Amino acid sequence: MKELFPAKQVMGFVFSLILTAIALLVYFLDLSFTAGLTILVVTAFIQALLQLVVFMHAGETKDKWAIYGNVYFMILIAMITIFGTLFLFVWDM
Amino acid sequence: MEFFERFAIPHPSPAIYASMVVIALTVVAIIAGLTYFKKWGYLWREWLTTVDHKRLGLMYIISAILMLFRGGVDAIMMRAQLATPDSKLLDAQHYNEIFTTHGVVMIMFMAMPFIFGFMNYIVPLQIGARDVAFPRLNAISFWLFFMGAMLFNISFVIGGSPDAGWTSYFPLAGTDFSESVGTNYYMIALQISGLGSLMTGINMITTILKMRAPGMTLMKMPMFTWSTLVANLIIVTVFPVLTVALAMGTMDRLFATNFFTSSNGGMDMLWANLFWVWGHPEVYILILPAFGIYSEIISTFSSKNLYGYTSMVASMVIISVLSCLVWAHHFFTMGQGAASNSFFSITTMAIAVPTGVKIFNWLFTMWKGKIRFTVPMLYSIGFIPLFTIGGVTGVMLAMSAADYQYHNTMFLVAHFHNTIIPGVVFAMLAGLTYYWPKMFGFMLNERIGKWTFWALSIGFVLAFFPMYITGLDGQARRMYTYSESTGFGPLNMLSFIGAGIMAIGFVLIVYNIYYSIRYAPRNIGSDPWDARTLEWATHTPVPEYNFAITPAVNSIEPFWDAKKKKHVLFPEPLKKIHMPNNSGMPFILSAIFFVWGFSFVFAIWPLLIISTLGIFACLACRSFENDHGHYISLEEIEETEEKLGGAKK
Repeated sequence: MKELFPAKQVMGFVFSLILTAIALLVYFLDLSFTAGLTILVVTAFIQALLQLVVFMHAGETKDKWAIYGNVYFMILIAMITIFGTLFLFVWDM
Repeated sequence: MEFFERFAIPHPSPAIYASMVVIALTVVAIIAGLTYFKKWGYLWREWLTTVDHKRLGLMYIISAILMLFRGGVDAIMMRAQLATPDSKLLDAQHYNEIFTTHGVVMIMFMAMPFIFGFMNYIVPLQIGARDVAFPRLNAISFWLFFMGAMLFNISFVIGGSPDAGWTSYFPLAGTDFSESVGTNYYMIALQISGLGSLMTGINMITTILKMRAPGMTLMKMPMFTWSTLVANLIIVTVFPVLTVALAMGTMDRLFATNFFTSSNGGMDMLWANLFWVWGHPEVYILILPAFGIYSEIISTFSSKNLYGYTSMVASMVIISVLSCLVWAHHFFTMGQGAASNSFFSITTMAIAVPTGVKIFNWLFTMWKGKIRFTVPMLYSIGFIPLFTIGGVTGVMLAMSAADYQYHNTMFLVAHFHNTIIPGVVFAMLAGLTYYWPKMFGFMLNERIGKWTFWALSIGFVLAFFPMYITGLDGQARRMYTYSESTGFGPLNMLSFIGAGIMAIGFVLIVYNIYYSIRYAPRNIGSDPWDARTLEWATHTPVPEYNFAITPAVNSIEPFWDAKKKKHVLFPEPLKKIHMPNNSGMPFILSAIFFVWGFSFVFAIWPLLIISTLGIFACLACRSFENDHGHYISLEEIEETEEKLGGAKK
């Protein structure tokens, strides 16, 4: 029975509920704009990766290098765009 | 009638009314012609539902040539307006609309489909594949592009064209300053055709990575295939940024959000930022496949293999990485500090290094080669000095301190036309002439082709080099007129004359096609240029399945080896061939996208909801459809091969 029980998925589900709850706290607590947005962005990214790995089964097939390669590529591009924009509009303005 | 008032042109003129009549007559003529000659069934079966990469490639190229003429007419009108000081030919609003549509049409609906056409037609042949990886997705890409282009093109007779420049900077492009639906057209039409481009990107990368003939390692791919791979990687990298920026812009215009407004916490320059995160890599998406075509042509007509293959590949990869790190050089004058300007200056100048490597490689390929001065080769030889001048002025513009002098002047206009015309347009015309016999089974006339080349080259130099001078003297771009005291008059007249000579060149292209259809000999075989790569190893016209037997590859130039070094190209026995089925779904889906786009532009919400449901219905249909393709039997292949002059060895 043990191998039939989807422990990974159940744990993933619980964890994603926790992440949602944390994100929801931003609404109820009286946080500063920066702190609130930081919590939202961080939980959102963890949530997205969690969904990808646990529920969309990335890494369980032979083409896992392609899936993870795409994810890393995507993160790299997002980082270049975001940090480039911050560089231009915030840090060097 | 109130409902229909929104479709009126906000700024009409007799020329636009005349265009309406002409468009209506053309549509009637096409429908009548198709009905009279009973071609509706043929059109539907052979073209609208096709998933064949060769036919889609041809349709891309035909659309691109049509758009080239549309954008060219815009260009002539602009040059005519500027030819004399204080000209009254066009007013400011018309001039704004014309330079906006000229830019969008030439980049998005001429250059992009032209390179997609070549990628579609050539890449599967070059790697010895039977089609692209996702043939139906390929058809969707084409039809989305086509519908996006059509949506954009009807703007000038229904509702008015966009008038905020091809870059559509906010806040000018916001509802405060652009009240008409023109900029909605820009946002939605680019969104639709951009989706198509993104799908092509995924399709081409998968095709090249997964479907190469046995023996063709990555470092044995022909140069055009390499350039396609790199260009499509850039597409997948940066088109999502455009998608997001356009979606935000659309929401600003239609749902009164404040992403790019200058009040309520909006950030107008963020549009320029996101636009150029996409926009600068976009110019490399255009130029890299052009470089690929030049590499093929120069090597073929120098009768030598390409010099420095590895460094060619490496420089393309380096260019693709750097191209994503330079975007701020489009707005050095925004007011950011010296640190970021220096960073983007240096990355921009660094691109000149790998590009220079490529220029030298082409020169060394020609060095001591037996050069044949055919039309494609003339374009390639003309490209090298002209493009180098464009590159050098690019490095001038890259210096952020000096850019304060050049920014938004005709100097910039001269620079980017100097890279795009000899770089991309010449490559497309060279490629068209080079691959024409493969596509249609006869060659374009060489003599008329050479006249065309000289008309375009001389016209180009006369049209754009004067702009360097007027630009340095301070003539701003996008100004619809200037006073006589500025002294810009004579040089602008020279530009107009140059544009006229270029127009003659484009007319000569049409005449050449007509002349060659009538008089060119048809018995040219399948390898008229004595070429070196796989696309020439199959029959002309290319059969549906491309290669009866999958070719075996041993080097960068397998076909040359087969001709000269006794390499066996087709060692396998004949087997039945699996091919994808045709489908009407891509066309129907894209037609619904057209309605979707149109209702979005005019904010007709009920129609928008219905067409959105229609799009999802198409997607659902596809999910439940069982389509395993079909087999071409051995007898059928043998029959086709026999008809085309016997099996290829």
